[in-house]
Amino acid sequence: MRILAIIPAYNEARNITAVIEDLKCFSGDILVVNDGSTDDTAAVAKGLGAEVVSHPFNLGIGGTVQTGLRYAYEHGYDMAIQFDGDGQHRGDQIFKIVELVQRGEADLVIGSRTLPGGYKMGITRFIGSRIFHCLIRCLAGKAIHDPTSGFRCYGKQTIRLFSRFYTDDYPEVESIITAARNGLRVVEVPVLMRGRLSGHSSITRRKSAYYMLKVTLAMVVDAMRGRDLVGES
Amino acid sequence: MDLTKIASLGLSVGIFCFVVWLVRERRLREKYALLWLCTSVFVILLTVSRRILEVAALGIGIYYPPSLLFLVGVLFLLLVAIGHSVTLSRLSESNHNLAQEVALLRKQVEDLKDLQKGDKL
Repeated sequence: MRILAIIPAYNEARNITAVIEDLKCFSGDILVVNDGSTDDTAAVAKGLGAEVVSHPFNLGIGGTVQTGLRYAYEHGYDMAIQFDGDGQHRGDQIFKIVELVQRGEADLVIGSRTLPGGYKMGITRFIGSRIFHCLIRCLAGKAIHDPTSGFRCYGKQTIRLFSRFYTDDYPEVESIITAARNGLRVVEVPVLMRGRLSGHSSITRRKSAYYMLKVTLAMVVDAMRGRDLVGES
Repeated sequence: MDLTKIASLGLSVGIFCFVVWLVRERRLREKYALLWLCTSVFVILLTVSRRILEVAALGIGIYYPPSLLFLVGVLFLLLVAIGHSVTLSRLSESNHNLAQEVALLRKQVEDLKDLQKGDKL
């Protein structure tokens, strides 16, 4: 099975070396999607032997992950892993999220911090996650405890679906609904994560109200869409 | 003809000509110009004959005819604004797709170049 690790990176020149080093134990290919960085993220990643795709300007995390998934789709990969460029995700945890997809028992696996054995998160993020948790349970009939986690493994069907339909901003929660409502099997597994090495999270306190509203609206609208996206060619 | 009528007529004919001129200069697409031309024709008609406005207003139960004008104006602007939001969404969608396509194609070109270099060595 061919696996691609997708690393979305925006101005992560300081972290990217450690992230790629961390992926040494990973046997697949590594693709860094450089989202219009103004530092030398792309050059550093290329120097370390990773494949690099660079956006001409900043598209946001959703567009960046989608570019990676489009690459995976066009190159016929069987699985894709989303692995953040800021150093929060651990290479030694990949086997946990890959396993179920590899065995053909899941189409989208989310590496979760809140299940037993995971890490603690901040209080605001915890409350937000709980609200999304309830919404997802209502709209997709699934219990996902850490819906904002960006540590994920996509199976072939999911790669195909998301290479066509994926949101620009704040895609994590919405994509769970999209996948579940299109008949894909979404599973959550506990993983260990690190705190971020350097730089700041894309979700600031000021933005979080907008984040909640936007994602809620997107999820409700998504739930009103048809379900036959996977079947389409 | 009273002064307000002349001013109103002058203004709407002016807008009509301005829109035609914009299209002629290729600064405005025909698709969008159509909407504005219809509006100015509508306003010209109302100016020329007050009867139309009065009959239309009383017909739908508005007793002060000029307020029909305001109502229609606000509704029209609302529609234009929504239309622009839709256009904007479509444009940002294609912009997004183009950026991804450019990124993937650039990567392909680089890969091909590397391959070529390898052949020559």
